[in-house]
Amino acid sequence: MGLRRRGFLAGAAALVLLPVPAAAVTLAPDVAAALEAILDGRTPVEGGIVIDAPAVADNGAQVPVTISVDSPMTEADHVTAIHILATLNPAPGIARFHLTPHLTRAEVATRIRLAEAQEFLVLAELSDGTVRQAAARTAVTLGGCTT
Amino acid sequence: MSEPHEPTPRIRLPASARPGEEIEVRTLIDHPMITAVAIPGPRDMLARFDATMNGAAVFACDFANGSAANPGFTFFVRAQAPGDFAFVWTHEDGREFRLERKVEVG
Repeated sequence: MGLRRRGFLAGAAALVLLPVPAAAVTLAPDVAAALEAILDGRTPVEGGIVIDAPAVADNGAQVPVTISVDSPMTEADHVTAIHILATLNPAPGIARFHLTPHLTRAEVATRIRLAEAQEFLVLAELSDGTVRQAAARTAVTLGGCTT
Repeated sequence: MSEPHEPTPRIRLPASARPGEEIEVRTLIDHPMITAVAIPGPRDMLARFDATMNGAAVFACDFANGSAANPGFTFFVRAQAPGDFAFVWTHEDGREFRLERKVEVG
């Protein structure tokens, strides 16, 4: 009984998305260039971003992702942009969101394409000019860049 | 050469809201988002989504190759009178698909 329960818990833990330090992710030259184009010389701060995505996606063509950035979303202090970059897709760009203080939360849900298991990066630009970053790893059962 | 696909955008918004109330906006558009990277043929991609409330920018997205087909978004807006929402999807070829919706704010 005890062993069975432990096995169940280990299996359940494997389904939980583990945050990955974005700074530790290896970047191919095209991804590094896309990242630098966003950063424009700024140094990103790790954290302040929650990525809700499956640890294992059955269909890489439609991976649900919700990104939430910790922000009051006031005129004086808000998130102006959120970027998602793939690290192992044929091209790094996934989406760039433009946010305004008319939003109550710095949160967006969408669906993305992942060609294979990989880390993807999320960058949040704030109204004070700072940048935050986070990363997540999603495994893919069926690759999603078939179009 | 077939006619370009004419997508049908869909929006889910509440019918009414109090001023300042948080409302959930859900958007969806049927579009294949063909990058033409993996299969030969013409590229067929939306470039941009724009949401405005009473003429002011609220939320937007620049699509890229990693954006999924039939792109949709969920985001949360602080309702302001009079509550005139407009949603525009712009194709890379310049075509625009537009939908306007009214939320009674008061």
